[in-house]
Amino acid sequence: MSWRLGLALLLALLVAVTLGFAVGSVPLAPDVVWRALFGAGDASAVAIVQGLRLPRVALGVVVGAGLAASGTALQATLRNPLAEPYLLGVSGGAAVGAVLTVVFGLTAPALLPLSAFAGATLAVVLVLLVARAAGGRADPRVLLMAGVVIGAFCTAAIMVALATAPENTVRGALWWMMGSLGDAQWTSLRWIALYVALGLALLIWWGRDLDVLSLGEDAAASLGLDVERVTRRIYLSASLLAAATVAGAGLIGFVGLIVPAIARALGTRTSRGTLIASALAGGALVVAADVVARTVLRPTELPLGAVTALVGVPFFLWRLRGQR
Amino acid sequence: MIRVEDLVLRYPGAAEPAVRGVSFAAEAGRVTAVVGPNGSGKSTIVRALLGRLAPERGTLTLDGRPAGDYTRREVATTVAVVPQREEPVFPMQVRDFIALGRYPHGGAFAGRSAEDRGAIDRAVARADVASFLDRPTDALSGGEWQRVRIARALAQGGRALVLDEPTTFLDIAHEMAVFELLDTLARGGQAVLLVSHQLNLVARFADHIVLLHQGRVAASGTPDTVMRGDVLEQVYEWPLVVARDPAVGAPVLVPLRGRGTR
Repeated sequence: MSWRLGLALLLALLVAVTLGFAVGSVPLAPDVVWRALFGAGDASAVAIVQGLRLPRVALGVVVGAGLAASGTALQATLRNPLAEPYLLGVSGGAAVGAVLTVVFGLTAPALLPLSAFAGATLAVVLVLLVARAAGGRADPRVLLMAGVVIGAFCTAAIMVALATAPENTVRGALWWMMGSLGDAQWTSLRWIALYVALGLALLIWWGRDLDVLSLGEDAAASLGLDVERVTRRIYLSASLLAAATVAGAGLIGFVGLIVPAIARALGTRTSRGTLIASALAGGALVVAADVVARTVLRPTELPLGAVTALVGVPFFLWRLRGQR
Repeated sequence: MIRVEDLVLRYPGAAEPAVRGVSFAAEAGRVTAVVGPNGSGKSTIVRALLGRLAPERGTLTLDGRPAGDYTRREVATTVAVVPQREEPVFPMQVRDFIALGRYPHGGAFAGRSAEDRGAIDRAVARADVASFLDRPTDALSGGEWQRVRIARALAQGGRALVLDEPTTFLDIAHEMAVFELLDTLARGGQAVLLVSHQLNLVARFADHIVLLHQGRVAASGTPDTVMRGDVLEQVYEWPLVVARDPAVGAPVLVPLRGRGTR
């Protein structure tokens, strides 16, 4: 990744973040926003920016970075430009894990991402098994079909788990399953940011492995890569990233699909470059999508996952045409 | 360089081994070819050389040391395998693609050392790919692509090169160019092990041919000793004659029409 691209993406993130702080029921000017962020200026502006909007925007950046990096890693490992955690059912598995802990009353902020991680990992294993049984994971479409099926099963499982829950819980859970940054709180955000940072750091560390793995299993083996072990590590890291985002903001689809494609279109050629560019662009995209979700039908807020899906599905169909 | 002795290979869960007691050696400075009909065990041997299938019996030695004593990366710096099929899903620059040949030499954040750069430059020169280093991998012709892949294998720095059906999808000119390149590499001291269907081309370029049939060696030796009508007819289960090509007098297999034994 070139420095110019890095700077441009950083700038895009900065613009998105500023918008995220500025837009809302009380609109604020960009200069007011940045002063308020550092505790200067009008007290109510400081309260709005620091107390209300900062955790929300920060969660958006973390979730976007995590989803985009997860998609980048899954695409390279599976050699499938349509792979991403939501369509592969990984996010669905994470949601099952998260809902189960909530149903059983285990709501420690550190624990939620971990149980989501367990669910995500289980979903990856299931999807790969289903894809193998259905004709091999080499066919990108078979793999996605397996992912969508497992995702549907996860949704059903969540509905069953919530069948006896009080109405308020169900409403909250449904909102969460459509994806939202509305529940952003520092206590949980800290843990989510930690897990996303960990997953991202691991993937960047293994960037060269990811480059080699994306050549295909035989070529990777001929270069001395332990294909099974490295693949397992990458799946685990990508699942951790997806799980952390689900624990923080629910199911947000297509970010992991769109953002790596944008990063590559902007000229990143190595996995490390694509990961870093995707993390920056993903943060910007999710924060921007959240601004859209908050503003188009104001004062009603749209689910964030619906906004990303409205953009993502046409994009997916367009990419699908390019597949054999 | 590469020596297999009494090698038995079986896929996990398979009732019968795919390779049943094969022995041959691919020496430095020679082109050795493993040929045979579909299902004769050629690709299985490549899988074993890739380290993706462990021998059930017999030995596979590299430079006189059992392959099992090497780490994966050590194998990759000794023997470079060019697998049959490879299509990058995400195109990269040819320069970066060839540089991946240095992967077995470096850690996660290894930069390009002088040694790496030297090995890459030499590989680029030997495979004659300098003119398209700045192109993306999806903008190469079939022949250019094979040469780029050979360049990556050479950048690995080993003295043995294994190629699985390197010319399957190439037209005559590109096919000949690849074989000429392999010949030049062998004359330069490389051990070249070729797994191929192209019996007639192999007969012109290989120093030693190993003919496989149902997982066993049906014949092994110089092209003249292996390319015998009676042996080939039995292995390929098809009537044929062996003639001499008019240009250089190499043996040529000519399958006959209309009297199939299948």
